[in-house]
Amino acid sequence: MASVFDVTLVCLILAVGAWSTFARLTFSAIVIFIVYGLLLSLAWVRLAAVDVALTEAAIGSGVTGMLLLNAVARLRSTDAAPTPSRSSVNIAAGVFCTLITASLAGLVLVPPQVPVSLAPSVMESLGQSGLGNPVAGVLFVYRSLDTLLEKVVLVLALIAVWSLAPDGLWGGKPALRPFPQRDSVLIFLARTVPPIGIMVGIYMFWVGADEPGGAFQGGAVLAAMWILVMIAGLAAVPPTSSHALRLALIVGPVVFLAIGILGIFLTGTFLAYPEGYAKPLIIAIEATLTVSIGVTLAMHVVGPPEKEWRS
Amino acid sequence: MAAAETSSIAGLLLVSVLILPVVGILAQLALGGRFLNWICLAVFPASFGVSAATCAVVWSHGEPLIYIVGGWQPPLGIALRADGISAAMMLVTAIIICAVAIFARVEFTQPSGAPEARAPFVFWALILALWSALNALFLGCDLFNLYVALELLTFAAVPLVCLKGGEATVKAALRYLLFALLGSMLYLMGTALLYGAYGTLDITLLAQRVHPERVTWIAAALMTVGLLTKTALFPLHLWLPPAHAGAPAAGSAVLSALVVKGSFFLIVRLWFDAMPGLGHTAGPQLLASLGAAAILFGSVMALRQQRLKLLVAYSTVAQIGYLFLMFPLAMAAEQSWTSLAWTGGWLQLFSHAFAKAAMFLAAGLIADALGHDRINDLGGAGRLRPLTFCTFGLAGLSLIGVPPSGGFVAKWLLLSASVAEGQWIWAAVIVVGGLLAGGYIFKVLGRAFTAGSDAPVIVTPVSLSREVVAFSLAVGAVLLGFFPLEPAEILQIGRPEILGSTVP
Amino acid sequence: MAIMNAITIFGLCAAALVGLGIFGLIVNPQPLRKILAINILGSGVFLMFGVIARRGAAAGLGGDPVPQAMVITGIVVAFSATALAVALLLRLVLVSGAATLEAEAEPSEKDGR
Repeated sequence: MASVFDVTLVCLILAVGAWSTFARLTFSAIVIFIVYGLLLSLAWVRLAAVDVALTEAAIGSGVTGMLLLNAVARLRSTDAAPTPSRSSVNIAAGVFCTLITASLAGLVLVPPQVPVSLAPSVMESLGQSGLGNPVAGVLFVYRSLDTLLEKVVLVLALIAVWSLAPDGLWGGKPALRPFPQRDSVLIFLARTVPPIGIMVGIYMFWVGADEPGGAFQGGAVLAAMWILVMIAGLAAVPPTSSHALRLALIVGPVVFLAIGILGIFLTGTFLAYPEGYAKPLIIAIEATLTVSIGVTLAMHVVGPPEKEWRS
Repeated sequence: MAAAETSSIAGLLLVSVLILPVVGILAQLALGGRFLNWICLAVFPASFGVSAATCAVVWSHGEPLIYIVGGWQPPLGIALRADGISAAMMLVTAIIICAVAIFARVEFTQPSGAPEARAPFVFWALILALWSALNALFLGCDLFNLYVALELLTFAAVPLVCLKGGEATVKAALRYLLFALLGSMLYLMGTALLYGAYGTLDITLLAQRVHPERVTWIAAALMTVGLLTKTALFPLHLWLPPAHAGAPAAGSAVLSALVVKGSFFLIVRLWFDAMPGLGHTAGPQLLASLGAAAILFGSVMALRQQRLKLLVAYSTVAQIGYLFLMFPLAMAAEQSWTSLAWTGGWLQLFSHAFAKAAMFLAAGLIADALGHDRINDLGGAGRLRPLTFCTFGLAGLSLIGVPPSGGFVAKWLLLSASVAEGQWIWAAVIVVGGLLAGGYIFKVLGRAFTAGSDAPVIVTPVSLSREVVAFSLAVGAVLLGFFPLEPAEILQIGRPEILGSTVP
Repeated sequence: MAIMNAITIFGLCAAALVGLGIFGLIVNPQPLRKILAINILGSGVFLMFGVIARRGAAAGLGGDPVPQAMVITGIVVAFSATALAVALLLRLVLVSGAATLEAEAEPSEKDGR
């Protein structure tokens, strides 16, 4: 039977999700969405997926939240009261979505007789790689092509974001508006939190091979710290043409790809690790990916180069 | 599994077509604008060569090329597989991307000595990403891996739409992105359901495991609707015309010729390979009905357009419709891939790719030369740029379905199949669609070759080399017309022979 | 098996979130709210993967790690999508002064070359 905690959590998630969808002000909708993300991470813990819970909290709620808040701050002036759609559209959409939900719910209520799982086969060969975390095993051993492609997606999406800069500003600085007040709580936080945050980020990556955590979660924490420091005005936003920035963006994917190609020469297969060297190679990939992911996520949040803000 | 080329040199071709363009993008970021032209000069020919070599190997061996990534067999690992249709798609993609690259070379050259410029850097990165994503779609065997490829394709295609940065193009790009994201999420939902029911996302394994039950139908419906959103099949086409008309000509050509075909290819994979049982539902008839509606609606809308690029974009909405006639016609046949409709459908895809790329490039040249693309004010422009209008006309012949052209062979095969299967309604739609296409093509040509009240002037000279590239693509569409009027063997390589009979 | 075990409750939650996300996407006219709705839809889809993973608990693991890993990949891809959509929206506001997808959808002549 479901525990009271689970039922309450699900009700809360649904209520907060609906609140975020129907809130009148966009700003409130976004703040509520961040809370929604944190509640979801709890659900992931309850579903015995701590790796996903960390990712959801760090990226799904945290960094996405920063991105949306930054956006809404700049859209404030244009946040007109929403023009209500026609009620006929609302009703049709309501019926349509209820149908989808009902058919999915129907499937959930009748689970397959024999649950399917690749968990046994994952565990069977995980020992060969020396990894202790099965999720890291899937991400970097069995389905490493997905992970590699996804890194390319992340970098390409950043080029896509940058492509929205006006012609003359290509290579310039993204216009992150630093927080104007000196000696505020934010500045205090930006001085004290990052050292701890960076430790947490590195720790997350480091334990990721054997325990929940890894490059994604660690990178997201590093990104959050960097953004905090930039918003507080303690560090300048680097210009997008910066050579160091670009190298940091690609070092992870390049190392990943290089080790994948190395596999062709050493084992005869792309993205295969030579026996006995899997774990150190994966840790090398994860270490560089942590840096690249952190930098890429943060640059996504600060956006394309723009004219500097003048208050 | 036949011909498991896990570690052979030939199998590495499949890896190379995926990673070569990616290496180009990473090199762009590492080396910066100064080396941009050199990177393109190295990566484009290399990728083309590898694509062509893959086709040659698949076609000469007559069996699919398979590569098990990392040495982990599905369902735990991911396989790449090039069969006849993926090899053909890879070749067509390579030819069109390289032709478009030659066309775009002048417009998107990084000026030497100058600081890194935005448009060239972004354009080449996007085209390379597009290429890698399309190859990943053609080779992918794993539905989740295909999801990542689909997203890579989307993120490469959307910024192409608003590369020029005008208000309308940014709006079109955002709308395109929202539609595409909805599509991806529906697709991913279906993927989750299939994994939950059958414990694998490998297409070959799924084909052996799927049962005709509720979860299969719901997953198939969600995934198909999601992919139709990305393919812009009527009535999910709303985002396409402003997006395809707003991009720079080279971008429009790639978007219309190739990008919408990427998600279409995946629909074919789902319906014919992963879940062949869908052929026994009302699904194929429904898809073809939407296709027929797209043909009629898209053609009528094209006729009503005042702007050349929008006319060409609406023509894409119509021509996509023909692709879906393949479903009821080929799935009704005893063995889908030996049917006329199977070959006809693919030929329609290839010839539309050539013809539409040529037509968008021609439309771009016209707009560049005249400084506008108002159809009503074209009066007499045909005499100023005869080669470009000739390109437009040749490509048009293929869209209408006039011999000799790839479009003719494709439409003829589809028409014959509908008559043979007794599905007359599709035959009627093909004929009416051809007449309407004739209407909008001759509307443009008629204007261009009759002198108007005030003769148009060339405001910007266009180079002959760009005109020749566009013309060559149109000639490609015509040459496809010399394809024999029978089921093509190369499109049958790697088709499962038993699936049609064992799966419900 | 009890029909209403904890996993089923989360499965129903996922189904409801998918419906809620699509509804929000259709009825909310503001682009930023549409982006938010897609994220809610996405979280419902991911949660469904989580439910499937939990049902596949075996070999001493609390859940099947394969769908869990897919969700991690999916969250990162969804983040990229959100970032690109937000950047497009901010650009739209910058060039047009309004955050709306309504009205004139055809590119003007200036853009359409």
